[in-house]
Amino acid sequence: MGRCPRRSIIQKDRPALPAYDGHKQLTPKGGYHLAEAPAVEQKTQRPIVPFLRLSDDPAQKPYLVGSRCAGCGATYLGTRMACSRCFSTEPMGEVKLSDKGELHVFSIVHQSAPGIPTPYVAAIVDLPEGVSVRCNINGVEPDPKNLKFGMPVQMVTETVSTDREGNEVVAFSFRPA
Amino acid sequence: MRDVAVIGVGMIKFGRYPEKTVPELAGQAALLALKDAGVDMKDIELMASGNLYQSNAMVGQRILQTIGQTGIPVINVANACATGSTAFREAYFAVASGAYDMTMAVGSEQMGKMGLLGGGAAGGDRAYSTEGVLGSGLMPAVFGMAGVEHMRKYGTTQEQFAKVSVKNHKHSMHNPYSQYQTEVGLEDVLNARVVSWPNTLYMCCPTGDGAAAAVLCSMDKARQYTTKPIRVAASVLTSDPWTQRDLIMPDINTLTRNAAKEAYEKAGIGPEDLSLIELHDCFATAELLHYENLGICGEGEAGRMIDEGATAVGGKIPVNASGGLLSKGHPLGATGVANVCEVVWHLRGDAGNRQVEGAKVGMAHVIGLGSACTLQILEKV
Repeated sequence: MGRCPRRSIIQKDRPALPAYDGHKQLTPKGGYHLAEAPAVEQKTQRPIVPFLRLSDDPAQKPYLVGSRCAGCGATYLGTRMACSRCFSTEPMGEVKLSDKGELHVFSIVHQSAPGIPTPYVAAIVDLPEGVSVRCNINGVEPDPKNLKFGMPVQMVTETVSTDREGNEVVAFSFRPA
Repeated sequence: MRDVAVIGVGMIKFGRYPEKTVPELAGQAALLALKDAGVDMKDIELMASGNLYQSNAMVGQRILQTIGQTGIPVINVANACATGSTAFREAYFAVASGAYDMTMAVGSEQMGKMGLLGGGAAGGDRAYSTEGVLGSGLMPAVFGMAGVEHMRKYGTTQEQFAKVSVKNHKHSMHNPYSQYQTEVGLEDVLNARVVSWPNTLYMCCPTGDGAAAAVLCSMDKARQYTTKPIRVAASVLTSDPWTQRDLIMPDINTLTRNAAKEAYEKAGIGPEDLSLIELHDCFATAELLHYENLGICGEGEAGRMIDEGATAVGGKIPVNASGGLLSKGHPLGATGVANVCEVVWHLRGDAGNRQVEGAKVGMAHVIGLGSACTLQILEKV
């Protein structure tokens, strides 16, 4: 019969803890924020979705990545294990997608889940490679009058949040070109 | 495959029943359908239970535990908004195949005050959720965009979509099972707060609780139970085929058209033969798209149809005489069985003040996003 393992937690030879001063010692800034990680020297960026490719090279803008079916030419966002149009399982070629597209349709969202600022323009943008993306349209007042079907739009990227490990999360949106 | 008849239907008024359990709601509807059919649980040989939010919690068995533990096969069905209608289809095929003589389908849902049709921000770290950052995948925006696509193609206006809400709310005044029974004027609808343009508050179906049930049996035995058996002329289910934008912008049209083609062929009729339709107006924009998808008018003519009042009770082809999802409500798992109940009542001449005169053939249509489309065509024999 072994000793209860919890005994080791209350051993008398454990180092003394510093006196508690009401949380101030816990962070350099005097407060504790669940969303903020402790100051980290090296921040990394990561894309909000796997089909947004970031680059270490600051001269290389982020871009969207797709796959194209060798059999039928259907183009998808991201990677695929098979083509759902012709069922081919041949490995698909990677396609670098344009950062310019056309506005196909939109809706202006006024009511959303908590934490999402409204109203905003939710849209479907068609890219010239034959694939579409779901995105927000920024840089324009969210009013149907300002949104023309087929209008040219330009992709931009920005950090939208920081995750729990302190990585910057980068997302894309489109704005009138 | 042999002919199948609906011999009993029942539903409870859609609304909010926070103090009830799902088996209680479903059990009540089931007992109503059994009573309507003049049979009891010992006669039922299989149950298909449709419930989405408790789909992993054996709702069908809990219904039997409430009203009759006969040990029969239970199938628990989930297919988004097409949950109840898929359950109905399971009950139908069980009889059509010859394997069972009498079956029951029960659809139920208890949604509480879940907004946005149950969707919400993905739990956990906001950094991972794309909702509101990369557009929206929630139902209000999906159906907003589907409506905007129709505006793009045909110049349909927000006002035309709003007329759907006016019509359906008016219809529900005569439906005691409807969650809401309030008329709304066109200005009320257009001035209500926008949820996801062009749909305003009254152009979105409410969440709620409810249940509906149907008893089916082989047509050759149906007349032992009822003088008004209703024949299932077609029960069709499709999923979303590959289309250009479907994976990014859910295509609610192609799978509906595919289902409609198959259903009309199976039933041996065309859209012009329908006396009434109960279709999936989860949002007002959806209804106009489905006029064209179901072939009751030509491409781009849905706006004109609603302007002319062709789809009101008394018009050429009444759509959603029950008040539709917009007013009657949309407890997800219950809807697909409830719209069968409604069509059956009209075909029997039992729909009270909302009766479509001389109804002979009706269609019940549901779309579940993700996607599934069910169509049942029912006819008076």
